[in-house]
Amino acid sequence: MAITGLFLISFLIVHLLGNLQLLDLSIEGQEKFNAYAKFMTSFPLIKIVSYFLYASILFHAVDGIVLVMQNRKARPERYKSWKPNNNSIWASRNMGLLGTIILAFIIMHMGQFWYQMHWGEIGVDAQGNKDLATVVIKTYQDGTAGMIIVALYVISMAAIGFHLWHGFASAFQTFGLNHKRYNPIIEKLGYGISVLIPLAYAFIPVFILMAKN
Amino acid sequence: MKLDSKIPEGPLETKWQNHKANIRLVNPANKRNIDVIVVGTGLAGSSAAASLAEMGYNVKAFCFQDSPRRAHSIAAQGGINAAKNYQNDGDSVYRLFYDTIKGGDYRSREANVYRLAEVSANIIDQAVAQGVPFAREYGGNLDNRSFGGVQVSRTFYAKGQTGQQLLLGAYSALSRQISKGKVKMYNRHEMLDVVLVDGKARGIIARNLVTGEIQRHGAHAVVIASGGYGNVFFLSTNAMGSNGSAAWKAHKKGALFSNPCFTQIHPTCIPVSGDHQSKLTLMSESLRNDGRIWVPKDRKDAEAIRAGKLKPTDLPEEKRDYYLERRYPSFGNLVPRDVASRAAKERCDEGYGVNQTGEAVYLDFAAAIERYGKTEANIKGINNPTAAQVKELGTAVVEAKYGNLFAMYEKIVDDNPYQTPMMIYPAVHYTMGGIWVDYNLMTSVPGMFALGEANFSDHGANRLGASALMQGLADGYFVIPYTIGEYLADEIRTGAIDTNHEAFDKAEKEVNATIEKLMNAKGSNSVDHYHKRLGLIMWNKCGMARNAQGLEEAIKEIGELREEFWKNVRIPGGASEMNPELDKAMRVADFMELGELMCKDALAREESCGGHFREEFQTEEGEALRRDEEFAFVSSWKYTGNPSEAELIKEELVFENVELKTRSYK
Amino acid sequence: MDLKLKIWRQANQNTKGELKDYAIKNVSADSSFLEMMDQLNEELIEKNEEPVVFDHDCREGICGMCSLHINGEPHGPQNATTTCQLHMRSFKDGDTIFIEPWRSRAFPVIKDLSVDRGAFDRIIESGGYVSVNTSGNTLDANALPVPKANADEAFNSATCIGCGACVAACPNASAMLFVSAKVSQLSLLPQGKVEAKERVLNMVNQMDLEGFGNCSNVGACTEECPKEISLENIARMNREYLGASLASSK
Repeated sequence: MAITGLFLISFLIVHLLGNLQLLDLSIEGQEKFNAYAKFMTSFPLIKIVSYFLYASILFHAVDGIVLVMQNRKARPERYKSWKPNNNSIWASRNMGLLGTIILAFIIMHMGQFWYQMHWGEIGVDAQGNKDLATVVIKTYQDGTAGMIIVALYVISMAAIGFHLWHGFASAFQTFGLNHKRYNPIIEKLGYGISVLIPLAYAFIPVFILMAKN
Repeated sequence: MKLDSKIPEGPLETKWQNHKANIRLVNPANKRNIDVIVVGTGLAGSSAAASLAEMGYNVKAFCFQDSPRRAHSIAAQGGINAAKNYQNDGDSVYRLFYDTIKGGDYRSREANVYRLAEVSANIIDQAVAQGVPFAREYGGNLDNRSFGGVQVSRTFYAKGQTGQQLLLGAYSALSRQISKGKVKMYNRHEMLDVVLVDGKARGIIARNLVTGEIQRHGAHAVVIASGGYGNVFFLSTNAMGSNGSAAWKAHKKGALFSNPCFTQIHPTCIPVSGDHQSKLTLMSESLRNDGRIWVPKDRKDAEAIRAGKLKPTDLPEEKRDYYLERRYPSFGNLVPRDVASRAAKERCDEGYGVNQTGEAVYLDFAAAIERYGKTEANIKGINNPTAAQVKELGTAVVEAKYGNLFAMYEKIVDDNPYQTPMMIYPAVHYTMGGIWVDYNLMTSVPGMFALGEANFSDHGANRLGASALMQGLADGYFVIPYTIGEYLADEIRTGAIDTNHEAFDKAEKEVNATIEKLMNAKGSNSVDHYHKRLGLIMWNKCGMARNAQGLEEAIKEIGELREEFWKNVRIPGGASEMNPELDKAMRVADFMELGELMCKDALAREESCGGHFREEFQTEEGEALRRDEEFAFVSSWKYTGNPSEAELIKEELVFENVELKTRSYK
Repeated sequence: MDLKLKIWRQANQNTKGELKDYAIKNVSADSSFLEMMDQLNEELIEKNEEPVVFDHDCREGICGMCSLHINGEPHGPQNATTTCQLHMRSFKDGDTIFIEPWRSRAFPVIKDLSVDRGAFDRIIESGGYVSVNTSGNTLDANALPVPKANADEAFNSATCIGCGACVAACPNASAMLFVSAKVSQLSLLPQGKVEAKERVLNMVNQMDLEGFGNCSNVGACTEECPKEISLENIARMNREYLGASLASSK
């Protein structure tokens, strides 16, 4: 979990940097984004990395589900009175739930854009690249449906935030990297990442939705 | 019956070496065919079980707790003595031997005690090799501290949890043998009787405390390491389950019971606060290194404190009576336990007690905090530190040393001992008496051995601090592995023990009859009801001070109480299931007999020595008056059917290497 | 004070249990939690009912025998405190208190509040020791200096009392804190280093066989641990395990 988790975090950062280009809604900006999308889907090295990524997501999800099932089996009879908030935070205890939300989001998200980019019927921009930017903008500006999608997106980003709040430092603990001096740094870095990344991600669709008016 | 202690010939210093060199051995192939039962898994039991299994014997070990690691040795706090002389303060094997003999008020065997001192150093080596994390100095070497009754620093420690660390060490050695299949461990089992065939110990009857099943276990030797019997008093520092049953059953089957009246009342325990109390908690003796014990000089101040009108911190120095420092200037607060306890009782009896019940004295750390604070300020280069700074720095040092004890005190008493002095009072802690054993630790029943607190051998009439751990491990690791061979060498042709023998039938029947009788009493009072009443009789009449009249009354009262118990005890539930009330009832039934023997022994010993203080025998200054001419012997009692009619057999103590002196700590 | 108690009653391992209601009056605030249970049992015996079975022994917070999941937390509401050291002044008059046994597949209930923690013993048996015979013929104790920091750290790990609160608190019923405390103690000392690799592999393997859950670094264990065993131990064990697995020839 830790290895794939940290890899997925690195992906989140790279992916975010790409996505931030969508904040430039001018024609040039959209064309730049489309060129970037083409590069990301065709450059061989990145293709290899992307297969790693798919495998990581799958492994992370499957392993997570297996762990949750094993852990549930480890306590067949539950407590009648249980006050876990006195000893741990909600996110730490609900990584499975958060992960499931995130997985559902990934499926939706890939269906909306990744599938379209690869196999969907999609126009081309002035540069001859597939016009993914337009697909994105349309999706989020599509009236009520768009608003629902944006809302789902924001909720999913919150789930990612909580997931990372526990997950980042947890990965280091799993690797045995626990040191009195560096722990506070790792923890703070984790909290920073888990707030900033999802905020920035969530900002993009909200910004696009707002830009419609 | 003449007792042969089998002390080897030769000078004291070479007795053990010579004995080891000439002792009979059992060859490895034969060891595989010999079974040994070990009852109890404290320091003595688990170290013995592990060592015997390593040597090749088949060991069956029994404990009533859910794991061998829970035995009450785990609660020992302060430390373990060893004559290592790492501190270069003049310590030696002889000095440890001498201190122990003197501390025990000259009522123990020279040869046994010398052997104990001799192997003490090895215990530390062994424990360190096992990964016991003793306290260390910055250079990486082991640290020591001093304890009551001695003038050197020879106590090795692991904060306030030395017993825990040593027991976990022994438990790990035991676990290693369990994993190899050389020890078969029986958790939640209690020994209910020992079985003798042709006069030899050949096994035990045990009860599975989860299912209630009565089992027979045969063996070529039975080792009793079941600890002491302090719980006779109901309130003691012993664990709730600690009991004297294994030892008592051994006694009833013929093992002599020695010096039962020698009970150690530990001076620094948290005082009794009410009827709800189920046990008393020890505050380690190591606290007396830094704490000063006092009561108000003026009775009126004591009354005001008891009434809550005066705070101890408001009482100026000149109005305090540091009575140990006053009476015993050379040892001060570090006098042995029996002396410190009696002095506290004397002050409280005179009306100087400081809690609501009038049975508590102060243990004050203010001076230590100030002293350490000033030293720390010097180290930190703070010139003219403020009082608050000194207090803060000093508190940190005291916390580092005794933090866990202070925290425990605060949890129980709800009072902050860094701010206001602790209240302490003596409580029953350890029993020096126990099953009689010879130099080989064999009881008067062939094939039955007794180790650790369960035997009587090393502490005389009073045990010095940090010596119980030493004795338990010495017996288990370094003595029994050699001495058991002397007996078992004759057993190589015996073959497997037949548990269908009629002796097993008979013992099992007796056990079942006892259980049935208890279950069928269907009376109106709980077991605890009787245990508390027994405890009260014992504490009042066979406690810190005893007299003939009280002891005679006690014997009569215990007899009556016992009769009532068997008629009127109520045990709900069944016998063939988990039933802690039944477990307790069987233990209390034995305590009621043992308590009577303790009183009888106390009555017979017409002198004051160590933990046994007879009011009739004291000096004009109120110190103990020992009568060496008449009483320099071990009182060993033979069971004759009724504890108060036990037969006294004396083992005269011969002192060739130390001169008997009046113990003086002045 | 007067209290309402909801206590798990279960006749034995093979029957189903349930929470039963009890009322208890005049409990002293100075009594310990177990003394309150004693008082209840005394009253039950008086009424000719079966007293509640619970494990306890030293009542000094060191033997690790007492357990009890009290009001939703192992060893009750107070931190760094075993049930036997928990005092009734932590509760208020009129409180309702839930009292349940440790819950874990690896700790089956024996009766009422008493559970079988034999799994912990078996884990120690699988490697929680230094393989040295008890001959006493070892090195002099000071022959091998141990840095004070390591000795202190090893001691802190070794203070684990094996009560099982970590398992009881963990949402996954994982035993990592217990196992890692022993692995840490021995790996921090030169005496334990020789067997460190094998030890960690064997102990973790045994832990898995016993049916404990997985560690997901929730941290509830250390919060509820009466001896405040640190999560650093788990990290250290993870490190050791990783190294040992990679180096293992099996």
